[in-house]
Amino acid sequence: MKEITVRAETAALDRVTDFVNGELEALGCPMKTLMQIDLAVEEIFVNIASYAYGPEGGDAVIRVDARDGGVCVTFEDRGIPFDPTAREDPDRSADALERPIGGLGIFLTKQFMDEIAYEYRDGKNILTFSKKTGVA
Amino acid sequence: MTINKQKDGAALTLAVEGRLDTITAPELEAALGEELDGVEALTFDFSGLEYISSAGLRVLLSAQKQMNRQGTMKVTGVGEVIMEIFEVTGFSDILTIE
Repeated sequence: MKEITVRAETAALDRVTDFVNGELEALGCPMKTLMQIDLAVEEIFVNIASYAYGPEGGDAVIRVDARDGGVCVTFEDRGIPFDPTAREDPDRSADALERPIGGLGIFLTKQFMDEIAYEYRDGKNILTFSKKTGVA
Repeated sequence: MTINKQKDGAALTLAVEGRLDTITAPELEAALGEELDGVEALTFDFSGLEYISSAGLRVLLSAQKQMNRQGTMKVTGVGEVIMEIFEVTGFSDILTIE
């Protein structure tokens, strides 16, 4: 398990993505799976960067546990309690042009990751997702 | 991300290469803001696009809305990974993908 602590701001996205990809490279993960994990990482991190803290900002901790043919990524922040997984999925029956665009990121994360879990513990938002990478 | 613009009268092609994410999507939005006036046929060439996130989808949606008012829009060269993202989000229903 490796971890990185960054300022919770979108400018840190490349550092976070590079960190996660660095851990995944060792797994020899297929490109498509890698892109889907990148997507989940971006959506969750940008959500934290945009909404977790007020103007004073704060940190986010990202942990990657890559093993046994799968990867587990955890995000922690000390911002306002917020459970992104509780958000309702977009209404697919509505005209996509009129659908609210918000919530698309978490929807994509749910679609592409195998599991996603949220808890609020010890003053921290803790969000974890996992994905099989197909490489043992 | 790099954007190659090609304008031919009222037709504009934007070839977008690399990663269209939270960091780079504002650049595409700015390019559209500068170039879209008077455009009647907009084409996004995504044959060099490797990655798109919801930030990129937002820019495509707003371009589609604007082009619905002033002309046509199509997306070409979409690879498998990006097509899957269009499909699960319902974007494949609203975009014209060739």
